[in-house]
Order: sequence, then C-alpha cells, then structure tokens
Amino acid sequence: MSETVTLDVVRRVAELALLELKDDEVARMQKDLNAILGHIDQLNELDTAGVPPMAQVSEILGGQVEASAEALREDVVRPSIDRTAVLREAPEADHRFFKVPKVIER
Amino acid sequence: MNFETLSIDQARAALTSGETTATALAEAHYARIAQEDGKINSYLSLAKDRALAQASKIDALAKAGDPLPPLAGIPLGIKDVLTMVGSPATAGSKILEGYHPPYDCTAVAKLEAAGAVLLGKLNCDEFAMGSSNENSAYGPVHNPRALDRVPGGSSGGSAAAVAAGFCVASLGTDTGGSIRQPAAFCGVTGLLPTWGRVSRFGLIAFASSLDRIGPFTKNVKDAATLLGVMAGSDIMDATASHTPVNDYVAESQKPVAGLKIGVPEEYFGEGLDPEIRAAVEKSIADLKATGCEIKKISLPHTRYAIPTYYVIATAEASSNLSRFDGVRFGLRDKSAATLTGMYRQTRDAGFGAEVKRRILLGTYALSAGYYDAYYKKAQQVRTLLTRDFLSAFADVDAIVTPMTPTPAFKLGEKTDDPVAMYLADVYTVAASLAGICGVSVPCGNTKDGLPIGVQILGKHFDEGMALRVAQAVEDAQR
Repeated sequence: MSETVTLDVVRRVAELALLELKDDEVARMQKDLNAILGHIDQLNELDTAGVPPMAQVSEILGGQVEASAEALREDVVRPSIDRTAVLREAPEADHRFFKVPKVIER
Repeated sequence: MNFETLSIDQARAALTSGETTATALAEAHYARIAQEDGKINSYLSLAKDRALAQASKIDALAKAGDPLPPLAGIPLGIKDVLTMVGSPATAGSKILEGYHPPYDCTAVAKLEAAGAVLLGKLNCDEFAMGSSNENSAYGPVHNPRALDRVPGGSSGGSAAAVAAGFCVASLGTDTGGSIRQPAAFCGVTGLLPTWGRVSRFGLIAFASSLDRIGPFTKNVKDAATLLGVMAGSDIMDATASHTPVNDYVAESQKPVAGLKIGVPEEYFGEGLDPEIRAAVEKSIADLKATGCEIKKISLPHTRYAIPTYYVIATAEASSNLSRFDGVRFGLRDKSAATLTGMYRQTRDAGFGAEVKRRILLGTYALSAGYYDAYYKKAQQVRTLLTRDFLSAFADVDAIVTPMTPTPAFKLGEKTDDPVAMYLADVYTVAASLAGICGVSVPCGNTKDGLPIGVQILGKHFDEGMALRVAQAVEDAQR
C-alpha cells in the first residue's frame, strides 16, 4: 500500500461519491487523504491471516447475550407515515411523486 | 435554584413540593438560554410549543394529585441528529436546512412519555463528524467552562447545555467518542450504552455499526435514570437488543468493595497530559481505598484503534450519506439540468469539508482494488480489538482509563490538521469498535480550571456495573 493518491484518483473517487469538488478542494482533499491513509497504513504491521472480519458487535458475542437483529417482529400491517407529510419535505414534488430533473432524452 | 447543578432528583423534589411548576421550570430554562446562550451557541432551535404543552399537562396532573411519571417536568435538550416532530432536524448540516421530520425518534418519544419536557435541539458537528464541534454549519459551540475553548465533539452542544444549566440533562450520540469526550471537556457525566441497548430509530445515521444514543447529566444517578427509560427493544429498529433491561439506578448505588478494576497500561503512555494522569491515578487510588482490587491489564491492540475506526466509520458514512441527494428532503441545487448534476451540485453545496473528506475516504476504502486492503483489514483488526476487551473482562468487572489525552483545546487549534484532530479520539474509539458500554465522569480540574474526565468501561450490557464504579468515583470527589 502507501500508494500516493493522485489528483486524478481524488476526482475519480469524488465522481463515485457523487461529489462535485472545486479545483482547490481537490488539492486539499489529496493532501488530507494521503496524510490519513499514511496513518491507516499502520494496520499492515498486524498479521490478520485467519482472523474473521467483524461487521457488527453481536457477531462476536456468540450467544453470550441475546444478539440483536435475531428477533424478527411479527409480520403485520401497521400504519406508516402519511404520504403528504413526507412529500411536504421534498424540494420538489407533486401530489404523489418526488420530482427530479429529466432523466430520459427523446 | 442553582441551574448548573440542578439534577433530576432535585428538580423532581422541587416539583412535588410545589416549590416550582413544570411550566415555571421550562420558562426559567428558556430565560437562561435567551440571556446566556448567545456566547455559547448550544441550541439550534427551541421547541417552545411542544415543551410548554407538555409542561402544562404535567402541571395539571400535579394539581389533580395524580401520580407523576418518573421524568415529570424534567427539562431536556436533544442533539440535533435526533428527530422530533415540530422541530427542524439539521444534523448540523446545510444539506438538511429547513427539514422538519414527520416522525419522533424512539428514545426521545420514550423520554417524553415518561414526563420529560423537550426544550429544543442542540448544536453538533455536521452529521456527528468531529471532535470539537467546529464542523457545525451553524457555528461552533463554546465551552461554558472556558469560552475560548472547544466543548468537544461531536455532541458539543449537548455537553455545553448541561454544563451551562440550559437543561437538566440532554441526549447526545456517540460513534467514536462523541458523548464521552465532550462530557470530559465540559465537566459533566456522559453515558455510552452498549451498542444495541437503545433504539436508534430517528437517529440520522453516521456509521450504523457504531452509532449509539446516550445521555449527558449532572451526575451518575441521573444517567442511570435516563438509560432505564430509553433502553429496550423497538419494532422500528431491528438492531435494538431484546436483552432484559435492568434497574440501572439500583445497580449504580451498590457498594463497590470487592470489585476488580482493570487499569490498561496502553492508556497511560506518551501524549497523556500529566495533570490528567495525576487526576485519573487519584481516582484509581480512591477506588482502591473503597475496597476495590486494582489489577494492571493489557489491551495490546489499542494503538490500532484510531486507524481501524477511521476506515470503518468513513466506509459506513459514505454509504449512509448517499441518501442526501436533493430528492426527498432539505437542500436542492436547482440550477443543474441533469439528475447526476443535481445530485453532485446539491451535495457540493450542502456538505462541509469534513463530511466530504470522510465520504471520499470511505468511498476510496470501499472501491474496487482497495476493499481488502482497507475495509476488510480494518474489520479483522476490529475483531482483535474486541477480543482484547473480552479477555480483559474475564478477569475484571470494569476498566478505568483517562477519558482524553488533553483538556479542552482552543477553538481553531486543530482545524487545519485532520490527523491531529482524529488523534484526540485515542481513548474513545476502541470501546466504540468493541460495542462495550462506558461512562465519562468528572474527576477534577487542571490548575487552569479546565475539567478532567475519567472513563469507566463495562462489559456488553453491563451498564449497571460501569455506572456503579462511576458512582464511586463521583462520591470520592465530594
């Protein structure tokens, strides 16, 4: 590892993350990402062969406590939030839909 | 009435004796906020209609002589990453400006159902990302104990409002230290419950495998009281545990003689301020004097906690924050002609620098070719860090460490150096990754009068034990 993140890599990652960065932001982020990744490279000092990855806490408790996410709730119909209350918060909506710029050209 | 020290028990006594009313108590807090919060900037919005309606409901109960619920009339402040109907939810970000969530956060609703009066929403770092509250789009919070210093972060407003007497207690959230570190910087008590102990429904997500909701209080017993009200399963949050909820107040008041307390050598190394070391060592000596057995322990992977945390938290954040795209809530840049352009310009205009930095880092760590080297590697080290705690807790009941390496630093001191800012989390992130519980308790002041905190860590779902040791530390201060 320890590859240096280039300006082009920052632009590519920004595109993946749907962020639009100005040129001065790209340069700043390049500097910061390299500094942070340099610190993160310390993890390579550790031999983790055979160590299981841990995505969340209840995995490693292995039945010591009742793990969360195990109990499924009853599958019954319940009222949900009113649609008008949700659409009221959207920047643009009609009565039933969120509105976005046109996505299909013809 | 001394608002800076007013606890739940004291407020309840004043309400039941008729010395004050819920309405008068809420109004008195609003008057303090109006007069003094200008220099602290802890509240982002006030929920006067909702608070005063609740207060008059409580006053009617009291007048009728009906039994009062456990938090009747207790004025609370709520971190602005938690939803409350009738109040904006900004998460400290411009991208959510003007958003009024149509539902209540479960933890907040439970407190109100127990009688609490919800005064308003508290300032925080944008999307809870920060260690100083300087990343809020609505301006930094100033530490009430020293106005030129940070209150800590990301729940800086929640800690400052309790310290300044702008509420009796508050809610914050902790992903990598965001309750415990500001509690220490402001000289109040902060509780990090076990991951899964309190429902997160209505918490605007930052890193879902780490995020937790917890209280800031004037003392340890109040933290136990609030946890008892909030803890438990929730049909709206599948990660909220079904593990039975204990009587945390009763557990916190048990004597500590005979308990085994672990002191990890890795938390007392280079970089620890000598005054903080002395205060924490004094607290350990106090525990010994009350009959605790002090054992030196080792948590050997501690130094890898920060790099592990900043991979996992940013990876999860890059995914969670993809929902802020200008479609369903908050800000939209209306100048863009295409959908992708609208997404990108909205996110550029709405997110601050630290949020962008973390989204980029997380996206990079998850991208093709780097996933194994960064994300999977960090998840494996997370296992090692958690195993460190599990083996330590086989021998000890609780672990005691310093809460922060330094007291509250000056505003602006670390804003240009993200790595230096991340290193401020050195004593908090390991417990976050392991999912264990902990309490941040005041244990003295520096000679300049800045608060010092000590961290008491407990096993998963053993909040009663962490609170019990924390209570003994608090008692020794008197």
